[in-house]
Amino acid sequence: MKSSVITFPGSNCDRDMDVALKKFGFRNKMVWHQEDELPKSDLVVLPGGFSYGDYLRCGSMASKSKIMKSVINFANSGGMVMGICNGFQILVETGLVPGALLRNKYLEFICKNVFVKINNKDNAYFKNIDNTVLKLHIAHNEGNYFCTNDQLKEIEDNAQVAINYCDPSGKIGQLYNPNGSIKNIAGIFNKAKNVLGMMPHPERMIDTSLSGEDGSLFFKNLINNLK
Amino acid sequence: MIVSEKIAIDHGLKKDEYKKICELLKRIPNITELGIFSAMWNEHCSYKSSRLHLKKLPTKGKQVIQGPGENAGVVDIGDNDAIVFKIESHNHPSFIEPYQGAATGVGGIMRDVFTMGARPIANLNSIHFGSTQHKKTKNLLRGVVHGIGGYGNCMGVPTVAGQTSFDSSYNGNILVNAMTLGLVKKDKIFYSKAAGLNKPVIYVGSKTGRDGIHGASMASASFDDKIEEKKPTVQVGDPFTEKLLLEACLELMAGDSIIAIQDMGAAGLTSSSIEMASKGNLGIEINLNMVPCRESKMTPYEIMLSESQERMLIVLENGKEEQAKKIFDKWNLDFAIIGKTTKSKKIELYYDNERVADIPVNTLVENSPMYDRKWKKTKLPKKNKINKDEINNLKIIEVLKKILANPNVCSKEWIWQQYDHTVMGDTIQKPGGDSGVVRVHGSNKAVAASVDSSAVYCWAHPLTGGKQVVCESFRNLISVGAKPVAITNCLNFGSPENEENMGEFVECVQGIGEASSYLKFPVVSGNVSFYNQTKDQGIKPTPSIGGVGLLKDYTKMITMDFKEVDNIVFVIGKTEGHIDQSLFARVVLNEKNGPPPEVNLFNEKNNGETLLKLMDNNFIKSAHDISLGGIITAVSKMCIKGNKGINLKKPKYLINEIEYFFSEDQGRYIIEISKKDQKKVLNILNKNAVHYDELGTINENVLFLNEKTKVTIDELKEFNTKWLKEYMSN
Repeated sequence: MKSSVITFPGSNCDRDMDVALKKFGFRNKMVWHQEDELPKSDLVVLPGGFSYGDYLRCGSMASKSKIMKSVINFANSGGMVMGICNGFQILVETGLVPGALLRNKYLEFICKNVFVKINNKDNAYFKNIDNTVLKLHIAHNEGNYFCTNDQLKEIEDNAQVAINYCDPSGKIGQLYNPNGSIKNIAGIFNKAKNVLGMMPHPERMIDTSLSGEDGSLFFKNLINNLK
Repeated sequence: MIVSEKIAIDHGLKKDEYKKICELLKRIPNITELGIFSAMWNEHCSYKSSRLHLKKLPTKGKQVIQGPGENAGVVDIGDNDAIVFKIESHNHPSFIEPYQGAATGVGGIMRDVFTMGARPIANLNSIHFGSTQHKKTKNLLRGVVHGIGGYGNCMGVPTVAGQTSFDSSYNGNILVNAMTLGLVKKDKIFYSKAAGLNKPVIYVGSKTGRDGIHGASMASASFDDKIEEKKPTVQVGDPFTEKLLLEACLELMAGDSIIAIQDMGAAGLTSSSIEMASKGNLGIEINLNMVPCRESKMTPYEIMLSESQERMLIVLENGKEEQAKKIFDKWNLDFAIIGKTTKSKKIELYYDNERVADIPVNTLVENSPMYDRKWKKTKLPKKNKINKDEINNLKIIEVLKKILANPNVCSKEWIWQQYDHTVMGDTIQKPGGDSGVVRVHGSNKAVAASVDSSAVYCWAHPLTGGKQVVCESFRNLISVGAKPVAITNCLNFGSPENEENMGEFVECVQGIGEASSYLKFPVVSGNVSFYNQTKDQGIKPTPSIGGVGLLKDYTKMITMDFKEVDNIVFVIGKTEGHIDQSLFARVVLNEKNGPPPEVNLFNEKNNGETLLKLMDNNFIKSAHDISLGGIITAVSKMCIKGNKGINLKKPKYLINEIEYFFSEDQGRYIIEISKKDQKKVLNILNKNAVHYDELGTINENVLFLNEKTKVTIDELKEFNTKWLKEYMSN
């Protein structure tokens, strides 16, 4: 399986994603944001970080960079595109996934482990995964998912919610909402479910010496689904 | 402007110093030259009050590749890997403007590390605020934490450990010390020593603006009522540009075009160019018209003294300019050839084709003032007589709750949750433990780091306090299973012109030196911050020690959370019942006098090294050093972290329960072992003549001494975690 990780100026989880993808069997290439064309890929990842320093609006300038034309075409033709954290913010800015990511409710950067409940397994990202709840890690300042009521209805009608923040047993409630996101939304698909944006970082949970291995479950399942 | 003595004094120079400048130059300096002298000769850059004493610190060791004198210290960790590290203060700017002050402190120390070719892999910090009742404390704390996070998070470097304290002596002068560790290949370390004639001098990074002019001079003076007017001397940081600068520099460093490189920190272009010239015994000629400026019509004086951030100066091999420029273009950073190295041994500056400064380098460096300041020795205070009746009436659990909720002991989760501590995917011990631990990427090794200070002990008796801080750092590294390698120190003190403050400095340094020499834990880098005082009130002496240790096999790392019910818990090291200067004495007895606990270096070394042996044999399930709040505070934290309880017993010593549980004797650890290993463990402890007491057995969820003295771990946890969150949300 071939993957590509895009590096924007200010990306800082690009190496971590490269390490994770390779660990689970992807042949990964790092792609500089000023390239014209994506290399042949089965998966494209927009990594976390602070592209363009989060200036103007998180993800906004990166969404206009040269390589993104090719990424958007790839996504629109059904290619798998995943945005993690800042990558999610970039996806939102391109319009590939609906909604917006606002400043965290308590106006503070949050770095901690969270539990998320998988809301929809009928897609290439979560199909065949045994767990319903994953323990993942968040580290962000602007992860407060927001959309209009109309958008929310459409998102829910199309089963576009990918994951929600929850407690270890899968219970969804305000108590387990770290950033104020509408309906505890932590990740969301496009309509066709080939594009996934999410705040948690699976690449930070890929061995027992780190906070856990639920990231490993995610990547192992992902590469199997793509085979 | 014609320079006069008065203008020199306005620049923070003394009358004698101005006279010396005129003698050295054999003429009156012009304003640009005076600015350069004042920047190089202030306390912050010249170490004029401290040099004499710092020379006495032990700086050599088997693993030391580079000691003090470079941008940072470097130690060998085997397999051609080396760790570059340093701690630095940004106290004065952080008090004036907490967000930017703290942020640029973090940015500055990371530049010191990547200037040497190392990729930063971990950040730490030691931050100290005034009384929690003081009106400024909350905003300063919030601003500093946001600033540290804002910069470090954006750079993608994990902040893995730190220390926070509150004490009214910091009411008017907070402390912000930032530390960075970087990883480099031993044969790819870069230094600041220029070499060769007619080599191009290159400016890269951000443009030069009018911010931070005379920042280093501001950091070399006490605060007064006009502090707000100093805001323009605080630098403004841009972590995004620094991230680009980091990647661009590392890309350039992968080749062989750099002769010398130096970041522009305190005193900006002035100190960076002069240091490179001085170390290379060369001259440097700069055309100031070539310096990229943010604002128009900046004068030579302003260009030389600006402390705009995210800039570097490089001496390049001839003919490599185009290749280097390409890299900086790729990362959208300024790149300008601004001068060349010369044989003149002078700093020569040109602006609009006119020579605007012409100063022999040695006058600025070797001939800079050095003072043997007067200082006063601190006598060891007399021991307090403790009223046994009074303490015997205390209820242990009530006292414990009070101590766990004390601002200096309580959980600092509110702080470190705002720092990205997991980016780079190698953080195997997060903040909240004895040390932060990160793996050496792609290897079996890991590096542990901790930062410590004990201002109260240093204040009571500087010599003992100085020793104690080094020992505490040693213990914090050992507690996670790391072998201590070396330290960096950040020496925060009041005015060196005050005999008492100077005495505190001299004796703390002496204590640090004695302990680090005995423990073979050399000092490889550091910085001095004097004048932490408002009007004539200085802070408590606060040397911060950043310790670095090595784990050859990261799977052997130890954490402090209790692991398994029925395991046995021991205290290593002797408990004598020293209550003076303990948190218990201050918080419960309201007693501020008396000597700090004695430091026995033999015991420190022996206890620590024996514990490492036990860890190496996989006997230790969890470990934690005993510090503030004594045995019961340490054991409570192990319970809270592991969600387990303990059946405590007090050994049959002569001292009473309160003294046993709350005293702060040094050289002690708590360890958890399984029953089946008990014999072997005790055998090793006996063989090495290490004192130990059995403390108890782990249970499900209660801290239990007897039917009258018990409490659930959930309750303790609440006391430990809620204080800071509530304080910050009100």
